[in-house]
Amino acid sequence: MTRVAILGAGPAGLAAAEAALAAGAQVTVLDEGARPGGQFWRHRPGLTDPRMQHGVRRFEQLQSALAGAEVHSGAAVWSVEPGEPGEPGEVGGAVVLRAAVGPADGARREAVVVEADALVIATGAHDLALPIPGWTLPGVTTAGAAQALAKRDGVSVGRRTLVAGAGPFLLPVAQSLALVGSTVVGVHEASRIGALAGGWLPKPWQLLGKAGELAQYAGALARHRIPYRVGSGVVRVLGDERVEGAVVAQLDADWRPRPGTERVIECDAVALGHGFVPRLEAAIMLGCEVAGDRRGRFVVVDDGQRTTRPQVFAAGEVTGIGGADAALAEGAIAGYRAAGVAQDDQRLHAALRVRDRMRRFARRLETAHGIRPGWTAWLDDDTIVCRCEAVAKRAIVERAEVPLRAMRLATRAGLGPCQARTCGRAVEAIVSEARASAAGVAAAGETVDGSSSSAQGGDVGFDRRPLLAPVRLGELGGSDRPTNGEN
Amino acid sequence: MRIAVIGAGVVGATCAFELAERGAEVVLIDRVGIAAETSSRCEGNLLVSDKAPGPEAELAIHSNARWRALAERLDAEREGGQPETEFEAKGGVVVAFPGGEEALRRFAATQRGIGVRAEELGAERLLAAEPHLSPEVVVAIHYPDDAQLQPSNATQALAAAAIRRGARLVVAEVTGSRAEAGRIAAIETTAGAIEVDAVVNCAGPWAGELGRRLGAPLDIRPRRGVVLVTTPMPQRVFHKVYDADYVGAVGSGDATLQTSTVVESTPGGTVLIGSSRERVGFDEHPGVDPVRAIAAKATRLFPFLEETILLRSYFGFRPYAPDHLPVIGEDPRVGGLFHATGHEGAGIGLAPATAELVAHAVLGAPTSLDPVPFLPGRPGIGAAA
Repeated sequence: MTRVAILGAGPAGLAAAEAALAAGAQVTVLDEGARPGGQFWRHRPGLTDPRMQHGVRRFEQLQSALAGAEVHSGAAVWSVEPGEPGEPGEVGGAVVLRAAVGPADGARREAVVVEADALVIATGAHDLALPIPGWTLPGVTTAGAAQALAKRDGVSVGRRTLVAGAGPFLLPVAQSLALVGSTVVGVHEASRIGALAGGWLPKPWQLLGKAGELAQYAGALARHRIPYRVGSGVVRVLGDERVEGAVVAQLDADWRPRPGTERVIECDAVALGHGFVPRLEAAIMLGCEVAGDRRGRFVVVDDGQRTTRPQVFAAGEVTGIGGADAALAEGAIAGYRAAGVAQDDQRLHAALRVRDRMRRFARRLETAHGIRPGWTAWLDDDTIVCRCEAVAKRAIVERAEVPLRAMRLATRAGLGPCQARTCGRAVEAIVSEARASAAGVAAAGETVDGSSSSAQGGDVGFDRRPLLAPVRLGELGGSDRPTNGEN
Repeated sequence: MRIAVIGAGVVGATCAFELAERGAEVVLIDRVGIAAETSSRCEGNLLVSDKAPGPEAELAIHSNARWRALAERLDAEREGGQPETEFEAKGGVVVAFPGGEEALRRFAATQRGIGVRAEELGAERLLAAEPHLSPEVVVAIHYPDDAQLQPSNATQALAAAAIRRGARLVVAEVTGSRAEAGRIAAIETTAGAIEVDAVVNCAGPWAGELGRRLGAPLDIRPRRGVVLVTTPMPQRVFHKVYDADYVGAVGSGDATLQTSTVVESTPGGTVLIGSSRERVGFDEHPGVDPVRAIAAKATRLFPFLEETILLRSYFGFRPYAPDHLPVIGEDPRVGGLFHATGHEGAGIGLAPATAELVAHAVLGAPTSLDPVPFLPGRPGIGAAA
């Protein structure tokens, strides 16, 4: 029986599990969350307002399909590597995953070793908040964190919350906040009408395909009297001990603030979501090709969601930011293919159609809402960029001339507990801009560094993390015997 | 004299600094930039404790003395956003577990014979020096001269100091050279040709390939080393503490995974744990085996590390020659070409003495060191890897 391991239990991972099980594979799912569902279905039965749930029936179907799989929730997968042919009972197979399972702050977590004939990487993305002067004040969160608190715990990050950033994701965040009792003082979309018209029609909810969902959000915004502004963004967060207000300004097509358009909005919380950063480290650790640059780097997959490594598949946001519907379709394709189902099998047809339509959606999304280079203009020299190590923009600019690795060691930007997951893209952008400015040219920024020894091909910037998750030294040892399929 | 120093790691940066200070017109060339590779992927050990008596120990002792003054100078002339070298003369403690006592004591005795300070610590003093060390340890030798610095920062400081003394940095890849009357007259790079009177090959693990492009192949190969970094914590490790089995690993010709544990705190509060040695070419996927092997030995040394969270790991490629000695001096085949490579995990520590030998070879500067053991003309060096 084909053993399929699935890394991540959001929409893509769950759909992959369902498909692989339907194709008769032995499936093991590993996910860091306390329960399956990922960010999209971060529900808690009884606590989550049903109006914040989307596709609940689909989620329930996927959850019941999981009964046939071995599921490890709360799993910190710290390593994934190609397996080697081994004796029976030893670690073998195409891939080997190692995880510490249990509460992160608990005593000795259980060591789980999963070997599989195929792997589906469905690690998703985390949301990206660009640095803004004042963004380290208590009361500033990422849009994703604000939404998670609302969905999972029924809690609002503030009484008067300002939502700012880019992309349709801001709409459900605003709706969730309103539903848990916050006044949403505005949704500020950085992209301007022109960019939106290029990617969408002038109003995002008019797009065919996503129309139903987006129209619902538009209705919710109207019902809650939430102002929606385009070409606008937060350029400064105000307050001494915590958020007391925010300065918003009109942004030009490159997201550069227009002088003289600043105005202060009173609020006690700011939720920032400028986009998403795919979680690439597992794919990079396995040597899968990653294409793109700091503005958007993704795992390269073919029509069957196969990466450039044998028996390694990828689905969902790691392959491109396309939302839950795309993730579900890609996950199903990856799950079937990982279980050995042929590409032209009719079971893939529906998913392939949806996937292809959603890829077009993803392209529109990027055209309309992709981060523009002018955002760095709202930074002060002393704005903290790396929060873990408290590294200001000035320090990064001063060391921008040396290679990224050397800059990082000299400034400590990106060396803290989050390992550049929060600041990586921003640091790369600042370095790229500083170098271009020193060279007297516009920031092209396709590549921040070509590490000459890299066999990976493309530039992976701060995304290479040879340790996929923090793990105690004492948890690294233990048996090499696979723990999947023991029962 | 126009000198091209190729490779802006610690050895190249120190050579550029030394040569520029002596008035040479220096171009420092690197295909990525300053401290892009090995010097940003290592530990910053300045060790005298791990060297058996011999030519490399002489180099280490000489270098160790020079680093003290050099680091002070570099930190004093720091400007802009240039980082500190984080030089710390913290000393090393080398320990043995049961069965290893006599080997360590014998080794320390031979080191004292060449002037290395190596003092055995009794149980009480050891407890005071390293209170969190495993009670299993049976012998501990204190080496007060062992020191540490932040290798990437130090390399950046050296390059900046060289540039302040007139050196020019060129980021380009060297593709070949042009000779006149049997001597190198120019090097060809992706940024154009550069006319030179001398060339110093400081390309570290890539020195063999660079040598080939310059008409003088070298048998220099990469050896992969993995280092672990923990989350920051209150200081519980006070010296460079390492297991005496380190001594065996550097000179070993064994291709398989070897580890020897070196545990130390950094000014950032993290604990740095090195390191493994593997001969696997330029393979960039070390996988979990070295990480697990290093962790197992580290937790044996310091049991509290069991509960310590590992934040990241990194790896680098250390250049080594078949006889495990650095290769420093003029190439016997190509006039005007000099090499400074093969330091195998000791390049940070050996850089000042290496630069002194390069200045001696290129400019005829005085040195008290014996250059002969390191000359590239010795058997087995001048062949393609």
